[in-house]
Amino acid sequence: MPVITLTINDELVSARSGQSILEACRDHDIQLPTLCYLDGLSARGGCRLCLVDVAGSPRLLPACTTEALENMVVTTHNEKIDRYRRMILELTFAERNHTCAVCVSNENCELQSLAAELGMDHVRYDYLNPELNLDTSHERYGVDHNRCLLCLRCVRVCDEVEGAHTWDVMGRGVESRVITDLNRPWGDSESCTDCGKCVEVCPTGALFDKGSSVAEMKKEASFLRRILDGREKRQWQR
Amino acid sequence: MTAPTAPSTKINDDTGHDLKFQLIDKALKKCQFQQDALIEVLHTAQETFGHLDEEILDYVSLQLKLPPSWVYGVATFYNFFTLDPQGEHVCVVCLGTACYVKGAGEIVTRLEEEFSIKAGATTEDGNLSLLTARCLGNCSLAPMLTLDGEVHGKQTAESVIAALKAKTTQKAALEEEKV
Repeated sequence: MPVITLTINDELVSARSGQSILEACRDHDIQLPTLCYLDGLSARGGCRLCLVDVAGSPRLLPACTTEALENMVVTTHNEKIDRYRRMILELTFAERNHTCAVCVSNENCELQSLAAELGMDHVRYDYLNPELNLDTSHERYGVDHNRCLLCLRCVRVCDEVEGAHTWDVMGRGVESRVITDLNRPWGDSESCTDCGKCVEVCPTGALFDKGSSVAEMKKEASFLRRILDGREKRQWQR
Repeated sequence: MTAPTAPSTKINDDTGHDLKFQLIDKALKKCQFQQDALIEVLHTAQETFGHLDEEILDYVSLQLKLPPSWVYGVATFYNFFTLDPQGEHVCVVCLGTACYVKGAGEIVTRLEEEFSIKAGATTEDGNLSLLTARCLGNCSLAPMLTLDGEVHGKQTAESVIAALKAKTTQKAALEEEKV
């Protein structure tokens, strides 16, 4: 496979041609914050947290959906980018009702740990406080739209890995919601296989195992790489 | 099974097929059941029934072999599709930038007061649906709106209310004539 060379943060690094900037960064242990990206799922470029500066581009580009190219000069961290990332997190917090203190995923939440990591300690925007419901009609799992970021990992894992495509998104803009089937209660879904992949990949407490209380919901998304390698390479690593 | 006498939503033909869907079937056949014709099929359904209910969406998803959540997502994304039955008259006010600057927001507020409904809803008597759209692509006519599909440009709250009143009285007059 052809190898290309590019500059990331003033260092020359090599990448395979066709790789995204994000993949190249992760191969070289350069940390980039992400929420919608998950190894094993298609890249979406929705959360905008992996925005990087590419020399010659007038605007910041999402590293997950931008292909790494020969001689590219990429900056992953500087004052402006870090400020934007904090701003994006603030907007994410303001959009729904992320009340960590009573959340099943408290202390095990990707949004929460990113906020801590990036130093986002307060929200300067007005909270939208939308009135959202909780669907616990499924026998084993629940969905709490108050905690949803619309990262759409659940939609992608259900479509791309499980193949059921039970989840999708309805509406537009601030009205968007993840739905199962024809916006019916999850428990009534005929297409859902109850596999629980969506719950495991969800970065927050939006999808959870029923019966879990505050801070009890621990998730593990690494199963995805294992089953995908099994499917594609016939190798099951543990 | 007995042969149907008149097409209605509940009568099935001899293949057990709901006659309600004849026009949708025609659209499905025309596009040879291709999945990327989903919007076109929903378009036909919307124009035939005035709205898309669960039964229609379920039928389309079944016929095109698409997941129901996908079809529902598309039906709720586009402004043209509605899931609730519409009123006798439909007024869509453009709230695009040009129209908004020219006072479309006030028109909506005035209409909401006049007919005591919120934008996006239908009056209790089923006479009027008041809807808004992001941009109807007619910015030179700002503020513009459509009344039962007809384009009305350079409107004021007064002119819209007058036009809507004319529509409803027209209907009342017609009914009186019938009596």
